[in-house]
Amino acid sequence: MQHGKYRFIVGFLAAPLALYALFVIWPFIQSIYYSLTDWSGLSPEFGFVGFDNYSRMLDDEIFWKSLQHSLTLAVVLPLVTVGLALFFAFMLNVGGRRRRGAAIAGVRGSGFYKIVYFFPQVLSIAIVALLFQFAYNPNSGAINSGLKLVGLGSIQPDWLGDPNLALICVMAVLVWSTVGFFVVLFSAGMASIPRDFYEAALLDGANRFTTFFKITLPLLWDTVQSGWIYMGILALGAESFAVVQIMTVGPNGGGPDYSTVVLPLYVYQKAFRDGQAAYATTIGVALLLVTLAFAAIVMKLGRRERLEF
Amino acid sequence: MKTTDTATPGVETPGPSGGPGPAVAKTAAPTPPKESGKEGAVLNVFSHGVLVIWAIMVVMPLLWAVMTSFKTDRAIFTSPWSLPDGLHFENWSRAWSQAHMSDYFMNTIVVVGGSLIGTLLLGSMAAYVLARFDFPGNRFIYFLFIGGMSFPIILALVPLFYVMQNMALLNTPHGLILVYIAYSLPFTVFFLTAFFRTLPSSVAEAAFVDGASHTRTFFQVMLPMARPGLISVGIFNFLGQWNQYLLPTVLNTEQDEKVLSQGLVQLATSQGYKGDWSGLFAGLVMAMLPVLAAYIIFQRQVVAGLTAGAVK
Repeated sequence: MQHGKYRFIVGFLAAPLALYALFVIWPFIQSIYYSLTDWSGLSPEFGFVGFDNYSRMLDDEIFWKSLQHSLTLAVVLPLVTVGLALFFAFMLNVGGRRRRGAAIAGVRGSGFYKIVYFFPQVLSIAIVALLFQFAYNPNSGAINSGLKLVGLGSIQPDWLGDPNLALICVMAVLVWSTVGFFVVLFSAGMASIPRDFYEAALLDGANRFTTFFKITLPLLWDTVQSGWIYMGILALGAESFAVVQIMTVGPNGGGPDYSTVVLPLYVYQKAFRDGQAAYATTIGVALLLVTLAFAAIVMKLGRRERLEF
Repeated sequence: MKTTDTATPGVETPGPSGGPGPAVAKTAAPTPPKESGKEGAVLNVFSHGVLVIWAIMVVMPLLWAVMTSFKTDRAIFTSPWSLPDGLHFENWSRAWSQAHMSDYFMNTIVVVGGSLIGTLLLGSMAAYVLARFDFPGNRFIYFLFIGGMSFPIILALVPLFYVMQNMALLNTPHGLILVYIAYSLPFTVFFLTAFFRTLPSSVAEAAFVDGASHTRTFFQVMLPMARPGLISVGIFNFLGQWNQYLLPTVLNTEQDEKVLSQGLVQLATSQGYKGDWSGLFAGLVMAMLPVLAAYIIFQRQVVAGLTAGAVK
């Protein structure tokens, strides 16, 4: 099969590789270079300034705020989302009434639940954010008027307008839109765990609570870990950008009083609102480091002996 | 690496009742306890309870949006939870024509159509070569593609904006198509490389012995064999590109070229002075329904396609 092999390889790889190099690889390399310049993005001229942008970043209060918020998202979101999803998936697969001859059973209609839970996953995050922005509206939004309907009219929070609540509101939307995906993912993993494991454990007197921690979780560990990383990258990246930029107050989001600004949003604002392209790439490099560090830490903490079954 | 048959075992047949309400009533009813004991029954009620609550939390906002899209602006603000006083379909027609929803739909179809075809074609070409041929640099190119999956896109977007500007690709559909393809390649190449490795090599060799060229073998033998993989990754990319918000927000700001997601956001921000909230909700529901309908019809394939990446 050597005949014309290299011509074929080059012919097939040229177009995808060229496109990828031009639109993905090259901008990444450029951005690291630009972070060492004073380029505004508005004019083609710029000079080399060394690490000035980086020292400026370390003194930038808003940078620290966005870093803090991004880290909060990266820690809290995977914890809540993966936790909830594991709980729901376990209920779906093991929470059912026992049928004759089976040690464990899924609940009735588990297929239906999985279809419904997955709904938000197929919607654009922009649509989800718009919907919840309206639900959070303090005067006529669905949540506050719902509270009035059930007689809790005295509790009327400002939601996105309250600096103490805004970031929590943002996180709730991200949890709402991602839990279903992980429920389906973990369910598939749980369904492939052999039933005899549960039977043996239940015979030995274990309750279902114990079986979750002693059987399900260890056997599902690899999936949980990649789900954790996936969710963390999502929390640090485009999804949190979209939700914060669309939902929160202030010019281009991030408010009130910078209480919801996150790193990707700050990059966007510096580059395309304030005309500070070089400084924006500096913050972007910080975001890249945070993302890589997050993945490395989860891999390190999550390392266990792989269980084969 | 098994990437193809991930989600299928989890899909069970939906309950005969089809809805959470009746299912609860049935299972919560006292049944004669069997030898399995009380623990099972209590747990069963509890698990149905929490599962139903979450199902309601997922469906409520969506149903609320549908309901709101039929109301008058006044009713939206005065009584958000009451049923509409009539089906105000004029909200929908207003959104479709005056609020440019038809244009946004058209632009999205053009961009996603072009980029989906391009992604599948270029992605499968690269993946095939990387999966099936040994040559110096193979591993390096593979990891170059894979690496793109974990980098924050926003970092590249700042220089990319100016690259596109210099090439006169900013705010053009073909420019956006090229960018969508480029940013879809990492996952597509990753997924399809694994898929091509699982295909038997004997068929391709036979075709080659019969005198087919490498190119012909790929298009006439290998691509048809890779159909299930192409469908999975195609669905994944379709949803990702159809719902894309970050890339067009930065690279496609011309009013006439906007795609659905950014068009809706722009519609929402302009309501501050226009006040056509019912039209906005009609637009939101209009954008939501086709995707949800397609998901319900193809849910098995969609779930398989979307979860395939996470389970390696």
